[in-house]
Amino acid sequence: MTAIPFPEPRADVLARRDFLIEGLAKLVPASSLVTSEDERRAFETDAFTAYRRVPLAVVLPETTEQVSAVLGFCHQHQVPVVPRGAGTSLCGGAIPQEDAVVIGLSKMSRILAVNYPDRIAKVQAGVTNLAITNAVSADGFFYAPDPSSQLACTIGGNIGMNSGGAHCLKYGVTTNNILGVTLVLVDGTVVEIGGEAMDAPGYDLLGLVCGSEGQLGILTEATVRILPAAEGARPVLFGFETSEQAGEAVAAIIAAGIVPVAMEFMDKPAIDICEAFAKAGYPMDVEALLIIEVEGSDAEMDATLAKIVEIARKHGVKRVKESKSAMETAAIWKGRKSAFGATGRIADYICMDGTIPTGQLPYVLRRIDEIVKHYGLRVANVFHAGDGNLHPLILYNVNDPEEAAKAEEAGNDILKLCVEVGGCLTGEHGVGIEKRDLMRHQFHKPELDQQMRVRAAFDAGWILNPAKVFPLDGRIAS
Amino acid sequence: MLTPHTEEAAATMVRDLLMWKVPFALRGNGTRQGLGRPAQAGETLSLEKLAGVTLHEPAEMVISALAGTPLCVVEETLATKGQMLPFEPMDHRAIYGTEGEPTIGGVVAANVSGPRRVVVGACRDHLIGVRFINGRGEIIRSGGRVMKNVTGLDLVKLQAGAHGTLGVLTEVTFKVLPRPEATATMLFEGLSEADAVAAMSAALGSPFEITGAAHLPAGMGGEKARTVLRFENFVASIDYRFPALAEKLKRFGRPTRVDGAESEQLWLAIRDCTLLAEPRETALWRLSIKPSDAPGLVAALRKALAEARFYLDWGGGLIWLATPATGDAGAGAIRSAVGGRGHATLVRAPDAIRATVPVFQPEPAPVVALSGRIKASLDPDRLINPGRMHAEI
Repeated sequence: MTAIPFPEPRADVLARRDFLIEGLAKLVPASSLVTSEDERRAFETDAFTAYRRVPLAVVLPETTEQVSAVLGFCHQHQVPVVPRGAGTSLCGGAIPQEDAVVIGLSKMSRILAVNYPDRIAKVQAGVTNLAITNAVSADGFFYAPDPSSQLACTIGGNIGMNSGGAHCLKYGVTTNNILGVTLVLVDGTVVEIGGEAMDAPGYDLLGLVCGSEGQLGILTEATVRILPAAEGARPVLFGFETSEQAGEAVAAIIAAGIVPVAMEFMDKPAIDICEAFAKAGYPMDVEALLIIEVEGSDAEMDATLAKIVEIARKHGVKRVKESKSAMETAAIWKGRKSAFGATGRIADYICMDGTIPTGQLPYVLRRIDEIVKHYGLRVANVFHAGDGNLHPLILYNVNDPEEAAKAEEAGNDILKLCVEVGGCLTGEHGVGIEKRDLMRHQFHKPELDQQMRVRAAFDAGWILNPAKVFPLDGRIAS
Repeated sequence: MLTPHTEEAAATMVRDLLMWKVPFALRGNGTRQGLGRPAQAGETLSLEKLAGVTLHEPAEMVISALAGTPLCVVEETLATKGQMLPFEPMDHRAIYGTEGEPTIGGVVAANVSGPRRVVVGACRDHLIGVRFINGRGEIIRSGGRVMKNVTGLDLVKLQAGAHGTLGVLTEVTFKVLPRPEATATMLFEGLSEADAVAAMSAALGSPFEITGAAHLPAGMGGEKARTVLRFENFVASIDYRFPALAEKLKRFGRPTRVDGAESEQLWLAIRDCTLLAEPRETALWRLSIKPSDAPGLVAALRKALAEARFYLDWGGGLIWLATPATGDAGAGAIRSAVGGRGHATLVRAPDAIRATVPVFQPEPAPVVALSGRIKASLDPDRLINPGRMHAEI
């Protein structure tokens, strides 16, 4: 696919490649500098694999000082920089460009300190999301945001994208679970934003940095909140004849004052795909499935589930299946969290990430079906029902350029629909390059200009991850 | 004073002020005028007439209101559907002796939260959308009405706690939560500060979903020191969790249970700082630190400021401190005791002191420079609430 344009590589940068690599070699150990074409190719894309660009060089610093030196050097020589965590971005947030130096944080993957009395952990940016939870789970704690890629994705990438996950209905998204970061500004200056104490005065730069997609600086360390794990957690499967019924049940549960820790929705195609992969015991004779998870002691979960089951029955639930063991629980979540991977086994797909007001659910699902059929394609829907964050997976054949173009168009139509009904283009994956050129559907010119002016307060020269988030034309530098 | 009735009228007024380069202060109902530095402005734009709840979708747990909407109207609207603002915003009238109804825009501008903040997050964590007028007179939306939204830069967070220096807020949208069925307080008496913080940390680190943890030293509304832990949940859950937590905390003694109105009154007093509101002449500070630093910090402050009175909220992460409003109101001693571990905000002091003592913790030079550039990006002529946060912003 070539539909999404990249900025023209800067000829002056390409021409100075040898000089630049020589300079970088003075700033980091040889083992941290990747220059050969074969090795650079490993960094040419992320999980948005339809687009690839081999970078000028890749640097894998080991310390904040090295990040600072490299960034300062690139800034001095006006070389674009693309920050990278694990490269799991679904929107192309980490895809490089030919004239860019990739700064990868994979070598900075240590957990620096865990502090249970204050319920915080200090970690390096390249640590994986799941590694934080694994480091504290034996002591009854966890790190809350849980994107499906949590085994691989890094906390630095999570902060860059303000990642969510299945459990953010109760625990919030990344921005709600971070207390501080060490941020290297574009000129190499190192600043501490936030810290171990809550609600630092001054502008909420921490909130601004979360979800800024590597456009404001490169973060090297973070102080995250860790939370006490519930006494127990139990997912229950609710199968419905129609997605309308499932949507109404979700609304009624919330209206009854119950906020389950997670409410996940799958439609029939998604159920089939995930069940075939995970053997999770999903009911196969329903059109819509909700995975609802509750927490607490056994008695509390029984009581909450009794209320939820009663509500579900009022809305015509056909199948109710409770997890009876830790193994069943794991299988239920494995099925859901591997939805993208399992889909990838049967077809190529692009994954949408729009959010809608949940009241619009039945209408939007119907329209998605129509849109995808219009392009002669198929779709599987998985999404976070409690918060309206949709993940339609549009299936297509990557080797058929015509079909690939149709899939992209269908995706764009779906995202425009999300904006039309009062939602947004992306709930947790980010804008990246994928949704960059749709930003004008969400924001008026003064709004986009305002965002770019704030961006320019950090990086007036558009050095940091410059191909992303904002349409390539009409950019504002100050 | 300018009092627009619509957002469009407010934008027109801002453009007029812009044309004549008139700096202007923002105002809701004036109940928090004492917070921050006195703004250096010749005109005032009041949002009090820009009022009303514009959206409430109980099943989506979302509410929107115009900036001048009285907070009580927002809370009453939510209560009719059994919901609430999760962050429990403090009412500043007790400490400032002001009248009128606090506005929801003021809550956002000052990022006002209460005791529940320690667990569920601050005002900024629940704010999902804003509309504001920037210093170019343009109406800008950021965020929206859905709780998961990473589309573009998060200017929503930037507005929370900016004290109106980055634009004129016209509408705000929050995600909300169901009101708990019941609330109860676990009370320990006579604990030292070190034990109190240890007990609060153990409680907040337990699976029992404590939603408030405060320590009131002896003489702070009671004869003995009181350490209080709040449960908010279904009745059956509280009845199960109370003894379970008491067992876990038994090394701190046998707690008593406080229910109903008495429990609610206690948490209102903690939220609104009524315990330190009098005498009105004292200065008030808010110190934000990590809880385990609290006992040592309190001991150091006792030594440095003999007349200081204090209590702890947020499990020890927040110290409310009253000092005599003389000299620098204790700023030097307090900020040197806090060091780089947190920050101290001067919440109440006479104008003369607030004009000379930095109200907010001074920030490092690169952050100050960055903040200046952000201010310029939103308000290039520096007309909106100039000087309210820092002399230079």
